[in-house]
Formats: sequence, structure tokens, C-alpha cells
Amino acid sequence: MATKKAKTKAKTPVMTDLKGQTLLCLRTLTEENPAALDTYIKLGGYSALKRIVTDKVKATDIITEVKTSGLRGRGGAGFPTGLKWSFMPRYFDGTKYLVCNTDEGEPGTFKDRDIIRYNPHQLIEGMAIAAYTLGARVGYNYIHGEIWQDYEIFEAALHEAKAAGYLGENILGTNFSFDLYAVHGYGAYICGEETALIESIEGKKGQPRFKPPFPASYGVFGKPTNVNNTESYTSIPWILQHGGQAFADLGVPNSGGTKLFSVSGHVENPGNYEVKMGTPFNELLALAGGVWKGRKLKAVIPGGPSTPVMPAEAIMAATMDYDGLSKARSSLGAGSMIVMDETTCMVKTLHRLSYFFYEESCGQCTPCREGTGWVYRVIDRIVNGKGKMEDLDLLTDVSNNIAGRTICALGEAAATPVLSFIKHFRPEFEYYIQHGKSMLDSK
Amino acid sequence: MLSPEAITKIDYELTKYPANQRQAAVMSALRIVQTERGWLSKESITEVAQYLGMPEIAALEVATFYNMYDLSPVGKYKITVCTNISCMLRDSDVIVDHLKAKLGVGFNEVTADGKFCIKEGECMGCCGGAPLLHVNNTQMHEFLTTEKVDAVLKDLLQQSSDEEAVK
Amino acid sequence: MLNIEIDGKALEVEHGSTIIDAADKAGIAIPRFCYHPKLSVAANCRMCLVQVEKFNKPLPACATPVADGMKIFTRSKSAIEAQKSVMEFLLINHPLDCPICDQGGECDLQDIAVAYGTSGSRYTEEKRVVFNKNIGPLVSTDMTRCIQCTRCVRFLQEVGGIMELGMVGRGEHAEIAAYVDKSVNSELSGNIIDLCPVGALTSKPFRYSARSWELTRRPSIAPHDGLGSHIEVHVKDNKVMRVLPREKESINECWLSDRDRFSYEGLNSPDRLKVPMIKHNGAWVETDWKTALEFAAGQIKDITNEHGSEALGVLVSPNSTMEEGYLAKKLAAGLGCGNVDYRLRQTDFRLDGKRLGTPWMGCNIQEIEELDRILVIGSNLRNEHPLLAQRFRKAVANGAELSIISPLDNNPLMDIAHKVIVRPNDMVNVLGQVLKAMSGLQRLSLCLPPSLTQLLSDIKVRPNTQAIAESMAGHGKDYDLISPKVGIFLGNMALSDPRFTEMYSMAEAIGGISGAKGGILPAAANSTGMHMMGVMPNATGMHARAMLEVPRKAYLIVNIEPELDCQHAALAKAAMEKAECVVALTAFKSQALDNADVLLPIAPFTETSGTFMSMEGRVQSFAAVTRPLGECRPAWKVLRVLANALGLQGFDYETSEQVKDAIFGGEKPSAMVWRSLNNNLKELVEIHINIKHDGLQRIGEVPQYESDPIVRRSVPLQKTKYNIKPMARMCASQLSELGLVDGDYVLAKQDKGSAVLTVKLDNHVAKGCVRVAAAHEDTIGLGDLMGDIAVEKISAEQFTAHEAVTMEARG
Repeated sequence: MATKKAKTKAKTPVMTDLKGQTLLCLRTLTEENPAALDTYIKLGGYSALKRIVTDKVKATDIITEVKTSGLRGRGGAGFPTGLKWSFMPRYFDGTKYLVCNTDEGEPGTFKDRDIIRYNPHQLIEGMAIAAYTLGARVGYNYIHGEIWQDYEIFEAALHEAKAAGYLGENILGTNFSFDLYAVHGYGAYICGEETALIESIEGKKGQPRFKPPFPASYGVFGKPTNVNNTESYTSIPWILQHGGQAFADLGVPNSGGTKLFSVSGHVENPGNYEVKMGTPFNELLALAGGVWKGRKLKAVIPGGPSTPVMPAEAIMAATMDYDGLSKARSSLGAGSMIVMDETTCMVKTLHRLSYFFYEESCGQCTPCREGTGWVYRVIDRIVNGKGKMEDLDLLTDVSNNIAGRTICALGEAAATPVLSFIKHFRPEFEYYIQHGKSMLDSK
Repeated sequence: MLSPEAITKIDYELTKYPANQRQAAVMSALRIVQTERGWLSKESITEVAQYLGMPEIAALEVATFYNMYDLSPVGKYKITVCTNISCMLRDSDVIVDHLKAKLGVGFNEVTADGKFCIKEGECMGCCGGAPLLHVNNTQMHEFLTTEKVDAVLKDLLQQSSDEEAVK
Repeated sequence: MLNIEIDGKALEVEHGSTIIDAADKAGIAIPRFCYHPKLSVAANCRMCLVQVEKFNKPLPACATPVADGMKIFTRSKSAIEAQKSVMEFLLINHPLDCPICDQGGECDLQDIAVAYGTSGSRYTEEKRVVFNKNIGPLVSTDMTRCIQCTRCVRFLQEVGGIMELGMVGRGEHAEIAAYVDKSVNSELSGNIIDLCPVGALTSKPFRYSARSWELTRRPSIAPHDGLGSHIEVHVKDNKVMRVLPREKESINECWLSDRDRFSYEGLNSPDRLKVPMIKHNGAWVETDWKTALEFAAGQIKDITNEHGSEALGVLVSPNSTMEEGYLAKKLAAGLGCGNVDYRLRQTDFRLDGKRLGTPWMGCNIQEIEELDRILVIGSNLRNEHPLLAQRFRKAVANGAELSIISPLDNNPLMDIAHKVIVRPNDMVNVLGQVLKAMSGLQRLSLCLPPSLTQLLSDIKVRPNTQAIAESMAGHGKDYDLISPKVGIFLGNMALSDPRFTEMYSMAEAIGGISGAKGGILPAAANSTGMHMMGVMPNATGMHARAMLEVPRKAYLIVNIEPELDCQHAALAKAAMEKAECVVALTAFKSQALDNADVLLPIAPFTETSGTFMSMEGRVQSFAAVTRPLGECRPAWKVLRVLANALGLQGFDYETSEQVKDAIFGGEKPSAMVWRSLNNNLKELVEIHINIKHDGLQRIGEVPQYESDPIVRRSVPLQKTKYNIKPMARMCASQLSELGLVDGDYVLAKQDKGSAVLTVKLDNHVAKGCVRVAAAHEDTIGLGDLMGDIAVEKISAEQFTAHEAVTMEARG
């Protein structure tokens, strides 16, 4: 449950203990009214934007600074942000767009929600700086439809920022203009995929586009578009305030800065924890109060279900950064740590996850549309006690046939839990098939 | 006919897009009409499509693609409970069973008095607050316990009878 | 050019090609379902995955552009694994009901499964079932078989111009559907049957009537419009079972209009005339050919002997073949008769003798796509030229600006840059304004001849016509085109108009100034050919209209139903009634031929050989695909034998090819065509532009599924939404001016005739006009297609009484 602070109804709706965290994207959390414009300005907010637009800082210099920072896409793919920005065409006859992806629907991921409800102005500033750098005239923040109350907070912040001259025509009296709008999804995981998200902004089904062309050349309404994750944009003002190097120095090589980790599942204090890149997992787990009910750790999905599950030993030895987790044969993803204790049945957990991917497949391309249903039905049969031993190889095979053959990454995402669960916990699956019930139920 | 209030709201959403991209507002427009009417009938979808000048089938595609649109009546209060992994690990099953027992309906069923409907939801991106539910796509209730669920239901019933009293 | 390698074969390919393009050109087969060269790339079926060097995942050949030095492997282990896995996925939810599926034997899924699938399935779970949808009388659905390739959705959206199908739902539950209970109404809808790679969309009329391997496929030419689409007629037991497009990129590409695809059902109509018939004491009696021909020849001979050869009128359908037209004309000439015409729906003949050649569309069909600026005058494109309209759509999608001057504002399903919707009479004035504005645009230093300038001096140019002129001149919002490719086209409503001469002259002048291509869009399959052969009155002869206005004693009519196919239905009917003898060469028995005296059963296009010349001047011959039904004979043979019976010389043709040779004098057809096609006028015709005209004007459109006797008998086409009873359609302000509301009844009067009609609100109709469809038995009492009309309100009782009378009359 929430920390003591939250329980005592402090004005700051902090869910997690701030001790031990390095607050950068959530820096307003230390204040009484974190989402307010005044709060943000008090903490030095909008100073980077002000400097950039009044001094007319060169776009290339900004991009260089972002490259120096080592900031990598926080949505899960980890693509270097500075490099992505350099793909946007400089000269284009017409409107260029900026899109922020706040469509968190990958189970275990809920970091961006806290940014838009507790520190919306830093995101707005980050997007305004990006718009200035990339020459985008219009921006959209696409917000997960389920978090409606937070959508309203963010939209109110937009009006506040516009009234204060940080958005709209002639920002801060300069000739830089940028309109930023909040738009929303309405219940489709796939819209977290950037091209599906773009289709959704255009008022269509969220079916991913085939790439190339990438959004940088063909994005919203067919125009050049830069899409970044909420946390990525939110890191920008700090980087330009303190310098790219300072950001890089917070983290470890190849993983600059801090990272918001969404910790959920079997811990005492689930919530978001913003820590330096490279923090050892056990420290993060300790921040979250450790495994709940004094139980033992069984496994962790470190970056959302599209990253391979890690048995306790592997994750306990890992550090929380891109290289650290890829060395441990998983991936940082969006930093969504789903913690499972010793009582967790991996077969049932996979059953739920496979249902999720089956439900959320957009249906556009064959392997995912047909394969996710197949996988779910086989696991469902196992859970209902009608599994066959050869089902495990079939599941592996079908998942391998989905992965790498689809339009978007959902194919891989759907295959990953199946492959990694069976790989690491095969005996549990075999037990279930043989006995028609969970190994955990018999304990 | 779309209500003047709905049109005002849709027109606000339209200001976010270029004038020749009215279809872009369909997500909001369907939400606005659904919020007003409780669910999306074929007529509602047709009205939205016509107002935005887009093919009806394209509006239907959108309405059927996104989970939060309801193409059949869902009662006064639609309660969507997330059962995805983070919620499941924190016993969302208990919440679901409690709701089902308390309301006497299963998933996708509406109570006899037309007040409640329970739906199974996918990840709402609030897993830190698991287990959780949301009411009518807007109010999120987190860190649920069976007692808290009872309180939520009580509040809704109170709200409902208050509204009826006003009428 | 880029150098690539596919399966070890070195290839040079163009920049921007995809792997699948390159492979197709090199004849390397890559399996595919969703990809279609005419549609946008969806890359959703994943069947075309191939291995590309340096990529660790297989790539879809349809969506991957080639790069220099790329090495592609379509049959490597990784490629085949990918293809096999996709095949497996596609089949797990497919019902595999091939034995009862109409697509069986011509199914992409079946064929590719044989090559890439395995004999058994590893899938033992439950299969998906999808409910069928009723999407109209032409296309049958079996949605459980659908593999969600979305070709049908993309076709209707991109080629048809309107999204009528979509994929609703998500994931495995996604299914192709029309909106709720709507049908697919595109006039090109049948193409989705061909596009569907499985048996999800099949032909409704053809359903369960034959297996594909029982069919004999024979090439032919579509006979309903001037496009000259290439078709393949599928025959079983001497019966036409279905019609499919034959690919011809420069004409119909791989498409077919629904009219050309489904009209064949009319060929098998119970109305078919199978034996010659003679009217004896007012009753039809079957007879043999010899008797019928002798009777016909005797009648014609007697009448021409008695009253002179000009007592005969010869009317030929513009959908008849060149051979038929040629022989009809020759027969008339042999009798010394100059009264021959094919222009049955024309009323203004003032340009006769003023032309330098044969009027045509003025460019090639393909060139339409390349135009920058287009002006369409008096045409409801989708109704008149369903498939050609698609080329215009492509031009507009490519950025062309389309301007329309018409009495009808029907949505052509493409963006219109400028339009003026006015009464037909006022169209002339509008064209004058455009011309005046164009000559006044400074960019154009060209001057008009003084005569025209004088004509135009009183005209005031309005802003919307100014906009059209600027568009034609290449002026644009963002930038000007220095030398725009301009096209100007006149459609059916212009061609049927009493002021066609004015419209044509203005269009020619505008074309002259703007350097435009273009001309007329002739309605019928062989209009251009008939004109080139001069199947028209000689200097002293009468044109089609005159032959009816001043009734002849005898008529020889070829392939027409007079009151349905002529421009003035009432006049046509009266003339036939009055005539002493009407000899009709017809494929059908018809109420419209009750006034005939001899019916000679002729073979429709599927049962005869012949030649059509298309609107772009393409001469296309075809052979019979079946034997003639019953006693039917090819019309060219009937005309030959009739001429023999009339004792005329020079009718010794043994084959239709010999007739064709006679037409072209042994020359290569294209040489003669090249010489003949010319839209210019020899001289300026005396015209008046600004004529005030206040009365109501009729817009007598011929609905596309009423255009000729075959189409009118195709039951599935008659069941489509296009087939609505003629009504008096007017715009809202016109209705209120007349004190009418939608649903009222009116008596519509033209000349001496009338029709009782329901009033329908139709805001696509220009003010001052009443749109009343022609070529329908309900409106055969009416007159000119584009003439004056009056309407007066009648009571519901009067309407019902009238209905009862007509019902009775029709039996």
C-alpha cells in the first residue's frame, strides 16, 4: 500500500517514499502543489525554454546537448533521443508535428501517469523545447484513455501554460509559436506503438503502419512527426538547464540520467521510484519495501511483459540500466518491474498475459491475429487440465513463428512471455500438464 | 440529433486539428456522445460520422476497435475492473468475485435495476494502485479492498438516488 | 537503376521499386494475398516474407523498397520457414470448405496452400466463425473464409472513391463489414469479387451455378459504354455463366464496371426472342426465317416503291457493331434511302456537315490520369461512364483540379475544385463566361475571333466561373502551372441537350485557348465507330429526330426498343404506331416493340462476331463466345440476307471479317481512325449565348442500368440501389416555389405527353430543373430528355387511379 505520507493525507499526493530517489522528472513532488505552474516555476521551470527562445539557441546545439546526455527513449525501445531528433527533416514546406506518447497500457507501466498529474509543466516545457528544435508547429500528447482524471489535469496545465505565454502564438514574445493539445486513446494497448498512435490521432483504428516510412518523414496527417515518450520529453528541460554531461553523469555509460521505475506486484509499497540509471535491483526493491508479506522473490518482469521474465537470482544480480539488463538476457523496457513472490503460479500468470496479447492484438497482420489466439487457447487448455506435453513445444514454435514476422513489435511482445516463461519455469508447466493443476496449489 | 452541448464539446476538440481533418476528432466525439447517452447506438455513430463528414463505416471501425466504447447499454454505472497481471498479483480476483456476488451479475451483464454493469478491463496504466477499477471510464478507484468496493458502490447508489430526487 | 540480386539472379531495377515489383518483373514467384499492384500496400498478410541479406528478420517483399546491392532470397530456409508459418496461421481459422466453396479451383489460398502448406494441421482448438452479411444483390459473402487482407476495403476506398466496407472489431474478432445494414453500392463493386483471394466474396448471380474448371473462357469486348473494356466470358453448355475482366492496362486495367460484369444475366432472360415472328391480325405468330425475311423485304419494297425510298427510316443502336451499322447504312443506300442514324438520344443536329472529322474523347483513356486541370460539362460521370470515372478519380488523387458545369450536383466521389450547377440552358452562358474570363486573363495573349468576342461582350463573368477559367489557365493557389495539361469533356447531358451546338462551340473555344485535350464522352459502345462510318443521314436524309417527328411509313430498327432508347419517347412511340411497317432486328421480345410488324431474332454480342470502336478510337473485334440461341442469327447476316431479299447488289459477305474489310477498304483500321478522328469544326456555327429561359427544364438522365436492352433485363442489376422508379426530383427551393413537398404526386407534362410521378427532394438538382429518369416504362409518355417540362400537383387518389390503370395495361 501507499507510504505513511500518503496515508496521513499530506497535501502532496506522494505515493512513494522520496528518500533514496533522485527526483528529476518528478522534481515537483517535494512541493505542496506539485502540478501547479507556480510550483514548477519556483523550481526553475521554464527557464530552459526561456533561455532557448530568447537567445535563439541553434537547434543543432540543442541536439548536440541531448546527444551528450545519453538520453534514450523511455518508452521501452531505448533509442537515443538526440539521434532520433536528427532524423526530422530540417526544411519542410508545411506543418511538422510533435507527438508525445502517454499511452501507457503495457501491464506494469504507470510512470507517465505520474508525470502528467504531478509535473505536467515539465513535460510541456520539454515538448516546447523539442518543437523549437525540430521546427514543429503543432504537438499532441496522446494520453491513455483510462486515466481520464489525469488527462483533465494535463489539459488544465496546457491552458495554464498557454495563458502564461509558454504555448501558443509568439511564445514569450518571440517569433516561436507552438500549439500543444491533449488527445486521448480509448482502450487499445496497441496505440502505445507510435504509428498506431498516429493513426489514432488521425481518428482511425490504431493499426500500426508498416515502416519505412518512419514518422520523421510520414507521421501525423502524412507530415514529418517526432514521437517520443513522456519521460523522454520530461527529461529535456533538466538536460538543457544543467547540461547534457550532468545528465549523463547521473547514470552509467550508455544509460544517462535517472529513470522512473514503476514497481508493481508483490512488493510492500508499489509505486514509481525515480532513481539513477545503474541502480542495483536490490536497492530498488528495498525502496519499494521489499517483497511483501516477508515472502521470497520468485521472479521479476523487468520492463513490462514484452521483456523476458527473470528468475530471482538473475534479477537480484542485475543493475537497472540498458546494458545491465541486456547482459542479464532481458531488457529495461519501460522500467516496469512486475515483482512476483514465491506463491505465484507461472502458468496462470502466463495464461493472463497471453489473454492480454490475444485481446489486444489489433488484427491487422496474420501471425499476430491468428497466433495470439492460438497461444492463448493452448495455455487455456493447459490451465483447464487438458494440456499435453507436446503443447510446450507447440507454444514455443508458434511464438517463434509470430515473433519477427509482424508489422509492429506486438508480435515479439506477445511471444516473449511465452518463450521466457517456458524457458525459465518449464518444470512448473510440465507439472501442470501432468497433474492438471498448479504446482503451487499442491504446496 | 447531437445535443447542442455535445456539439460545443466536439467543436472544442475540432480546434485541435487542421480544418480538413475533422475525422481526427472522432475519438473524442464518440466519447462525448457516449458519455451523454450512456452507450453508442448505431444512430449515435451515424450522427457522429455525419457531423464529422466521414464514412459511417470508418466511425464504426473506431467504435469497435477501442474497448472503452460501449456498443450496447451498460447500465448507469459501468464498473471496469482490471484483471491484468499487476492487479491479478494483488488479488483482483477477490474484487471481481466480490462485485459479482454483491451485484448478482457476471461480466458484461447489467443488473436488473439497470444501475450497474461489470466489465473486465485490460491494463489501465495505474498498476501501482492495484487492484483497481474505474467507473464510467472516468473515476479511478485504486488500492481496492472489499470494504472499499462496498464504499464505492454505496456512493454510487447514493449519487443515483440523489439525482432521482432532483428529478 | 539499382543492381540487386534475387535468388542469385542479378537484376537491374528502377529506383523506388519494391522487392515484389522486381521479382514479378523477373518472373520470380513470391506468394501474396494482400498485395495488389493497383492498391495501396497494406503488408498485412505477411505471406510475401523473404530473406534479405543483412536483415535478421524476414521482410515483406510488397513493402520493402529495393536498395542498391540488395541480395534477396525468396526460397531460402528462413524465407520458406516464414512463408510456411504464415500459411499455417492463415489456415488455422479458415474453414477449409473448398468442396462447397465457389472459389474452389481459382482460389489463391488453395493454390498457395498446396505449395506452402502441410497436409495436416497442428491446430486443434476451436475455429472462428463469422456471420455472413448481406451486402447487396451482386456480391455474396462467406465471411468465415475471410483472411482479412483488406483488398476489398482498399479497393472501394481508393478506386471506388468511397469507403463502403471496413474492418470492424479488433484482433481475431476483426471482420470485414459494411456499415450496420447497408449494402455496397459502388458501381464498381464486382471487382471486390476478383480481388478477394479466398471465397469470402463471390458473385451472387453466379453462385453455385458452375465450378470454375467446367467453364470455357473466351475473350470479348464489353458492349455497354464507349470504354471498350476487355472481358472474358465464361461459358458452360453454350450458356454464359459469368463475365470477368481481361486485363488491359490501357483501357480497363484489371477492372470492370458492374454493368459490364453483370449484364450477361440479361442474355439469359426469358424475354429472349428465339424465332422470327410476324404480327398477324394484331397477334404475334412464330414463323421461319424465310417467311419472315420475305415478308419484311416485301413490306419494305412495297412501301418504298409506293412512297419513295425516303418513306423508310433506319435506326441503329449505337451499341450495335460496326458491321451491323455498316450493312444497315448500305442497305438503306441500296434502296436510295438517306434516312439512317445511330444518334438516338441526340436532339441538336446543327453541327452535321460542320465537322472536320469524327468526334471522340480527344485523348487516350490513360492520358486522363495525367491531366492537371479537368473541366467536365454536363456529365454525371459515375452514371454514364462508371469505370472511366475511376481514371478521373486517379487524376484528382494525383493533384488534378476538377471543375464541373452541370445541372446535376451528384458526388463523383472525388474532390471537385470548382463547380457551377445550373439549368442546362444556363450552362451555355456559364461556358461563355469561362471563355470570356479565359480570354481576359493576362497570361493568355491569345485573342478570340471578333465574332465570338462580340457574342461575349454582354456577358458578366461571375466569381465561380472566373475560378474555373483560372484553373483551366493553370493559375493556382500556391503556384501557377506554366503549361498545364488540360482536359475538357462533354457528357451525355450535354450531348442530349437542344443547345449542344452552343456548348460544344464554347468548349472547343475554351479548349483552343487553354490548349486542352478532350472532346465528347460518347455514351455507347460503338458511337464513335458509327460516326466514323457515317451511319448518319446523307445530305438529303433525315436524322434520328426528324425521322420520328415526321413519321416514316416504314422503319427498319436494329437492336433498339424505340421508346426506351430514343431521346423523345412519346414521339418514338407515336411514330412506330403510325408506321405501316416496322421491321425490328432484336434480341428480345418487348412491349416496346408491340408496334413492330416483324421481329427478327438477332444474336447479342456474345453470339456474334463483330467490331466496336471505342471512345478513344480503338477498333476492337471479337468473336462469338456461344452459339446463337434458338433461331437467332447474327445481325450482320440478317441484314445481308434482307438486302439479298430486297434484291440489292453487293451483299455477298460470307463472314463478318469481310464486312470489316469493306468498312476499312482493306486498310489498317488504325490508319483510317487516325485520319478520321477530329473534334474541330470546319466553321463557326451561328450561336446565341445569353438566352433567357424561365420555364422548368427536364433532366432526362438515363440510369446506368437502363441504358440498353440487355442491361434492362439483368435481374441482379435491376435489384441494385441504382434501379429506382423514375420520380420528379427537385431541389428544396424548387419544391417550395411549386408548393410541393417530398412524397407529393405530380402530373409531369412534356409536349402532348405526360407521366404521373412521385415528388422526391433531391438537392443535387439545379434550381429550375426536374430530374426525371428516362428509358423507363413509367416515363415513356414524356418527351425530350433535356427539354421543357411542366409539373402540376395531383391528389393521392388521382395517383392511385393512374397506377391501377398502368398496372392493368401492363398485365
